[in-house]
Amino acid sequence: MLCCICKEKPATVHYTQITGDKTQKLDLCESCAKAKGALDAGGFAFADLLFGLGASQEIEQAAGGSTLKCPQCGFTQADFKKSGRLGCPACYQTFAEALEGLLKTMHRGTRHVGKVPAALRQSRETTERIKLLQKKLAQAIEQEDFELAARLRDEIKQLTPRAPAAPRP
Amino acid sequence: MQLDQFLTPPAETARRSGPHDRIVLSSRVRLARNLKDAAFPGWAKKPERIRVLELIQPAVASLPQMKDAFVAAMDQLTPLDKQILVERHLISREHAAKSAGSGLVLNRDESYCVMINEEDHLRMQALRPGLQLRQAWAAIDALDTELEARLPYAFSNDWGYLTACPTNLGTGIRVSAMLHLPGVVLAEQINPIIQSVNKLGLAVRGLYGEGTEALGNIFQVSNQMTLGESEAAIVERLEKVLAQIIEHEENAREVLLEKKPKVVYNHIGRAYGILANAHSISSKETMNLLSLLRLGVDLELFPDLDRALVDELFLITQPAHLQKMYSEKLSAEERDVLRADLLRERLKNVKRPVIRPPNGPTSAPNP
Ligand SMILES: [Zn+2]
Ligand SMILES: [Zn+2]
Repeated sequence: MLCCICKEKPATVHYTQITGDKTQKLDLCESCAKAKGALDAGGFAFADLLFGLGASQEIEQAAGGSTLKCPQCGFTQADFKKSGRLGCPACYQTFAEALEGLLKTMHRGTRHVGKVPAALRQSRETTERIKLLQKKLAQAIEQEDFELAARLRDEIKQLTPRAPAAPRP
Repeated sequence: MQLDQFLTPPAETARRSGPHDRIVLSSRVRLARNLKDAAFPGWAKKPERIRVLELIQPAVASLPQMKDAFVAAMDQLTPLDKQILVERHLISREHAAKSAGSGLVLNRDESYCVMINEEDHLRMQALRPGLQLRQAWAAIDALDTELEARLPYAFSNDWGYLTACPTNLGTGIRVSAMLHLPGVVLAEQINPIIQSVNKLGLAVRGLYGEGTEALGNIFQVSNQMTLGESEAAIVERLEKVLAQIIEHEENAREVLLEKKPKVVYNHIGRAYGILANAHSISSKETMNLLSLLRLGVDLELFPDLDRALVDELFLITQPAHLQKMYSEKLSAEERDVLRADLLRERLKNVKRPVIRPPNGPTSAPNP
């Protein structure tokens, strides 16, 4: 079996990790394992390494062979493959499509649940509220309940100027 | 101020106590945060890292929690000082390897430590002795809330706090506890426990040693997933699992004493014999034997030995702490000799372990 990083030397270091119902295997040669810190329990994060590899493959597929490059920081998929890390917050937008699938395998969900900075909390709640109202509005129009639709439209209009889109990376 | 003047002396840190500290040595909650308009530290060029450090460090140091804190850039610290911080679990090994453009803010009682430009712009940690995950989370949550008013965080509505590695995305939280598990290791139950904890999406790893070995029977349990689950839910999940591991460890100790007392006495007696009499001993062997000595204290086999002394020895026999006591640079062989001298001296008044008569007093919670 060849090392899954360099694909040159034989793999002598093997890792298996079970997360939930997923089993992930990693076969490394001695020097790649050392380079990635895999022989050092303190510094080694299996998931980081594994997902770093997985991510670069996914990003390559999503890019369809062409090279995705972050306009903000110039980070490319090749850089991702090397480090397993992204270049800057804006990279999340650049590589969004590929990351989406990857995050599914990595985490409990693909949407943030938890703390939100106080300054963004309000605008976030408003955004959610508007989304809900728009859904109701579409339903009202479909059911030709124009009175309700008018009321919903007013409410949306009222919320909108106070809801600047939350800054996105 | 010099780092060694700032740090709490080991004899004192060993006296910190908390709930379940027979088994849970410490609790930690770490948050990863990044600034909106800057490249992550691993990709940023040195001038940008320095700019980010100069922006973040004063903001952190001015927090009320950081009154009289130790503030340093990593290139101001000697390699030995960095290693001391690693041995105290205040910074990661990765952070110790950084120099210009990375920094550190450590508060007076060492309950908060913020690493600047480690893998993320900010890695802030709250540390507590014993099992205190909730308290650690509440503490770091408050610090983070203060800081978000002073620094522009990278945050996305969909993906939460944006981190250099996608494995930390979302909450950016790592909740962890350091456990001393000699009972389940001796009872050979550690592997099934690790496997079942892994199945719950939590990671268990030896804190010291390479590969799969866990020196000193010390393990760290932590969450792995950070997206799609709230901080409170993660803390709660970890608390439940830790309660079970604590119970396993207590049971294992009780059953071992009951079913295989000779095995237990043999391990602990030999550990005492070597630690109190050796003239050269490695750091590895010391950790493993001190673990057994600590177990002996927990089982009341050493009436005149305080657990705090064992914990102090665990810290001061590690390479950097040992080196710090001597002015000249020591080779590994010299360290082994001085380590043994230190252990013999500190353990010279400790009497050999007693043997508890069958049905004698026990230290287990349910006699
Ligand atoms: Zn290789
Ligand atoms: Zn970028």
